[in-house]
Amino acid sequence: MTPKTKPPDAFSPGQTPTFEVSARESLRDAQLRRNLGKATQTIRRKRTVAVEEMPDWEELREAGRALKERTLRHLDKYLLQLEESVTRAGGVVHWARDADEANRIIAGIAREKGAEEVVKVKSIATDETKLNEHLEAQGIHAFETDLAELIIQLAGENSSHILVPAIHKNRAEIRELFLRELDVEELSDEPKDLTNAARLYLRKKFLGAKVGISGANFAVAETGTVSVVESEGNGRMCTTLPPVLVTLMGIEKIIPAWRDFEIFMQLLPRSSTAERMNPYTSFWTGVSGEAGDGPQEFHLVLLDNGRTDVLADEIGRQTLNCIRCSACLNVCPVYERTGGHAYNSVYPGPIGAILTPQLVGIGKPGSDSLPYASSLCGACYQVCPVKINIPEVLVHLRGKVVRHKQDKGTLRQKLDPENAAMQAMARTFSDPKLYERAQRLARVGQLPFARGGRITSLPGRLAGWTAVRDLKPIPEQSFREWWKEERG
Amino acid sequence: MANMRVALFITCFNDTLFPETGRATVGVLERLGHEVVFPEAQTCCGQMHFNTGYQREAIPLVRRFVEIFEPYDAVVAPSGSCVGMVRDLYPMAADLAEDDDLARRIEDLAPKVFELSEFLVKRLGVTDVGAYYPHRVTYHPTCHSLRMLKVGEAPLELLRNVRGMDLVELGEAEQCCGFGGTFAVKNAETSAAMLGDKIRRVLDTEAEVCAAGDNSCLMHIGGGLRRLQAGVDTVHLAEILHSTEER
Repeated sequence: MTPKTKPPDAFSPGQTPTFEVSARESLRDAQLRRNLGKATQTIRRKRTVAVEEMPDWEELREAGRALKERTLRHLDKYLLQLEESVTRAGGVVHWARDADEANRIIAGIAREKGAEEVVKVKSIATDETKLNEHLEAQGIHAFETDLAELIIQLAGENSSHILVPAIHKNRAEIRELFLRELDVEELSDEPKDLTNAARLYLRKKFLGAKVGISGANFAVAETGTVSVVESEGNGRMCTTLPPVLVTLMGIEKIIPAWRDFEIFMQLLPRSSTAERMNPYTSFWTGVSGEAGDGPQEFHLVLLDNGRTDVLADEIGRQTLNCIRCSACLNVCPVYERTGGHAYNSVYPGPIGAILTPQLVGIGKPGSDSLPYASSLCGACYQVCPVKINIPEVLVHLRGKVVRHKQDKGTLRQKLDPENAAMQAMARTFSDPKLYERAQRLARVGQLPFARGGRITSLPGRLAGWTAVRDLKPIPEQSFREWWKEERG
Repeated sequence: MANMRVALFITCFNDTLFPETGRATVGVLERLGHEVVFPEAQTCCGQMHFNTGYQREAIPLVRRFVEIFEPYDAVVAPSGSCVGMVRDLYPMAADLAEDDDLARRIEDLAPKVFELSEFLVKRLGVTDVGAYYPHRVTYHPTCHSLRMLKVGEAPLELLRNVRGMDLVELGEAEQCCGFGGTFAVKNAETSAAMLGDKIRRVLDTEAEVCAAGDNSCLMHIGGGLRRLQAGVDTVHLAEILHSTEER
């Protein structure tokens, strides 16, 4: 395999395009639209069935939300407790303020072990820090072992879904990719054959690697136990075969006690893969201490990278409840049409639209466009297993984006016609006299555009409306004029 | 249910663009024996500003709304979206304004503000308003009615009792039509892609009318249908409920 550089995203240096611009490209891709539509509709239907068989689903959601809220309120305490319990069990805990620090720590461990190759469990945190690129620059090759992660690594693409990173590809496309990249002579597009080709390729990597790298779904403060929830078993291999295991974990992934799994292990599989229980759930507590059974060295790297800033925001902090199930992506009508790449972030979909701009900070045109990548339909909030009110956070972040432009923006941002129009309308709505006058003016103003009872073309930013829709002209008499005439 | 004095919250959108929906709302409520008043000082609830991020600008509009409507026992609007703004987002506006008094007044007012179908079915307990509408109709449940206000089956219960009407179920009904306020302009292409799928579902029903409880969504769906010359009308729920054999 020749390592390919993935396209930059919101967590890379430099600017990313806005959602509107990137979505345009995705929307035109008929194959992508078909792949996404089919996949999201299937998983949506299955999730509904898996959730409806739970009589206490709403209580579970509330319990999950409350647990996360309590944990985040005392995060400092739980993190110190985790450090203590991991250390007690023979692990080493590292604290990383940002992506750079995390990458340096992990590369340092790999170098120290003389590793030229590392095997990886699927981990979005390492995608966020761009760990693979950092390791590659130091001559260490990172091999993704999750099937979908392998696919996009081979293709040199970014993930387009939290749980199913290659959701944008169908099996014919994957077959072509494997034929090209995996050195196989013959291959059908049957899922069984495709999986087998990947398995043969990966098996050698598992057995040879000195260092395994994982993310974490949960870490228990009380016991120091780290957990990875997966479907393929590759995670189990990465966390047990190499002699050294390094886990990178966002600080919000902590849960207070072992018994809290009761809640989350009911919420997560049903919400993400629509399964009652996922095939592989691995738990490990420090190191085994006995040669030959599991890693002899365990490092836990705790990553902040903007998370404490999110925690400081009273409305935004619920974003950190997220357990990365991806139910919100699967129900989102925007995601279903644009796919994940339009979000230009390792966190796509509704959760990405609120998490990305908070992690990288308001004031970057690319990520500032993300809170607007939603019709505020609320489908995401309805399915979220930890009750993150995504529409509320979207609206809150839109407010922050606008206030940032108005107060700290460039002159061009301050002179934005949208801002001017909004200010004018706010003044108009503040006084019924001005409002009534504006109604009359609009009736006259529309005359050049109204033809045969329809408006089919508007100028400027409103052209987006008339590109695909007619606009009904403003009628002769407003409701209030009628009321005054009839009842006044 | 005793006769009530109801304040009509027409919404700036209906006032300006869809006065017929306002007249129908007044007509239905009066036919049921209730008194309708129209506080003429009302303008806009501030939803467009607030949801687009112009929240400081929306705060004076929130204050005006509260002052104008708090004297009434019931406030009714033919829009799930604008009622959703008052009930769901006004508390957030009061927080932003750091105004505890405003927050308390909103807490008192919000439960008295209703979308038309929930007012009829849930507050008044009426499911048959004596309407007659001899057309094949499909109903699109708008997102804010459905998920913010949780009106549930209320609009459908009302429609099922309309005489002469052939009500046909809309496929994937609960999926957003793609309007989303300024979303329709800011993300016009994505909005159009969502609209395309909604229109396909509407056409699949072979209905002659697509109805909903929000004219904003209907303007979007109807604008697309008219551009295609699809021969399907969009009509607000209030107008169907107001229609009788006499007129």
